[in-house]
Amino acid sequence: MSNIPENLKYAESHEWVHDEGDGTVTVGISDHAQELLGDLVFVELPETGAKLKAGDESAVVESVKAASDVYSPVDGEVIETNELLADSPEAINEAPYDNWIFKLKLSNPVQLDELLDAAAYASLVKAEEH
Amino acid sequence: MDELIPRTQTLIMLIFEHSKSGRRAQAQAPMADDGLSGIPDDLKRKRKPRLPEVSEMQAVRHYTRLSQKNFSIDTQFYPLGSCTMKYNPRACNTLAMLPGLINRHPLAPDSHSQGFLSTMYELQEILKEVTGMSAVSLAPMAGAQGEFAGIAMIRAYHDALGDTGRTEILVPDAAHGTNPATAVMCGYKAREIPSKADGDVDMDALEAALGPQTAGIMLTNPSTLGVFERRIKEIAGRVHEAGGLLYYDGANLNAILGRVRPGDMGFDVIHMNLHKTFSTPHGGGGPGAGPVGVSKRLQPFLPIPMVGTDGHDYHWLSEEQCPQSIGRLSAFAGNAGILLRAYVYAKMLGAEGMQRVADYSTLNANYMLKRLMDAGFTAAYPQRRATHEFIITLKNEARELGINAMDFAKRLLDYGIHAPTTYFPLLVPECFLIEPTETEAKESLDAFIDAMIKIREEARTDAKRVRGAPYTLPVRRLDDVRAARELDLRWQAEEEEERA
Repeated sequence: MSNIPENLKYAESHEWVHDEGDGTVTVGISDHAQELLGDLVFVELPETGAKLKAGDESAVVESVKAASDVYSPVDGEVIETNELLADSPEAINEAPYDNWIFKLKLSNPVQLDELLDAAAYASLVKAEEH
Repeated sequence: MDELIPRTQTLIMLIFEHSKSGRRAQAQAPMADDGLSGIPDDLKRKRKPRLPEVSEMQAVRHYTRLSQKNFSIDTQFYPLGSCTMKYNPRACNTLAMLPGLINRHPLAPDSHSQGFLSTMYELQEILKEVTGMSAVSLAPMAGAQGEFAGIAMIRAYHDALGDTGRTEILVPDAAHGTNPATAVMCGYKAREIPSKADGDVDMDALEAALGPQTAGIMLTNPSTLGVFERRIKEIAGRVHEAGGLLYYDGANLNAILGRVRPGDMGFDVIHMNLHKTFSTPHGGGGPGAGPVGVSKRLQPFLPIPMVGTDGHDYHWLSEEQCPQSIGRLSAFAGNAGILLRAYVYAKMLGAEGMQRVADYSTLNANYMLKRLMDAGFTAAYPQRRATHEFIITLKNEARELGINAMDFAKRLLDYGIHAPTTYFPLLVPECFLIEPTETEAKESLDAFIDAMIKIREEARTDAKRVRGAPYTLPVRRLDDVRAARELDLRWQAEEEEERA
């Protein structure tokens, strides 16, 4: 069973969201997602300043198996991206919750309530595994 | 064991590594003048190119040895899902290489090309018949170009109607992997439609996605999940009502050849991979042929050239006769050699033979699926009958034995079997997509299943052995991560490296 921290929110497409409490959020991919993808070899980051809608393709994670889109879990503007990942995509495999992909300034904070909590995401992962 | 085999020679993979300065292959038949005397001096290179300097025998041995390392359909079972690695009759090669065909100059006048043009015309007609479309162009030179032509025609159709608000192409998640890329190349936004647990398209999600922005939908049926989309007529109806068109990816045409026609399912445009379905040795990156077939409304937009006839003579159709065409996709008329092979293959099979292709490719797949399930392997869609291919998931083996799909794939090589497609489609964890094709005997199918059972046994008793596979090939387990991250395919001479 993969690691699903209690303090995060999750999207059905396997992104995690950390509410920074100041109108911004940090976004990455879940432990389950990195496990499915396998060894990451490349991460394409969004442009800072890009305005994203929930469900928009925002980044790409590429592993030896496949390239997968990362979707923006909420509406917002990209204010920072994790440049470390350009050289060390494997950091996501090693610590998916420490190695975030981008940060957003929320344009519609109520959307956070629509995301899954840890328990709901755990049952989604469980359902996928069976 | 390893130490008992003397290492008499190191593995030399590149002809350059045999090279010794000044070594020559002198015993060559005299060559005629190369006819290149008219080239101006300033266009000629000053230094000779760096070519390997080897004797004739070294060259012969080098390439013969390399050919012996081939893991190919000529030597091994190759059940690579979604690729249709069928055996291609030698007769297709022989007849496509008749001197009258291969010596024809591509710029020869129509009057000197009647034999070639008549076969191309007839091939267009055969493909129309087998797909149920109104017209066919043979111009696209590969599957990807066929896809591009297909969506470019959909775009040209909407543009001709002044309907420029259609910006989206719908792509089910079980569609062929290249489809979203094609949509984007043609200036569309690709919008994914999920499939349901039984493998069919989620109709509610489709319904929600359709609208005045919908240009069309790209589907392959059977899908890459190895199941037939049962509600295809309903899907076609709904997409057409919304003003969109339907594109059929021909990747899986083998499953329905001569049995079901995309035109009858309601598709407006289809591309075919002749190099898969209609006999060409493929898998080495080409050449391919991706003809497109269309319904009436897309006919004016077909890529050129095509072949027409006045009932007596055959001639090229070009810009003049097809002013609304999306244009040319290559300098001449597609990959003529591949088209000729497809023509020979289709003529040898006939309508009845094509049905047998579909029948036996699906029978073989279902036989394998049943035996694998009986042996305790997990089908991804156990409630569905397989088409020409099917998916098993090795997630239980990965969890319980610590042996994942890649380990099985590598160990299969030691059993003399090419691995099936692994980790595709992405929807199914630890998956194998297996396509035996109609050309394999029952013994090959059984050998694959027996190998799978044995590997699982090995995993139980000696998991390390499986994880270390392959042992019998020129190279052992490759470092996939490093290969992807530090791609380096260029050989450089040492001197050049020093200079750089």
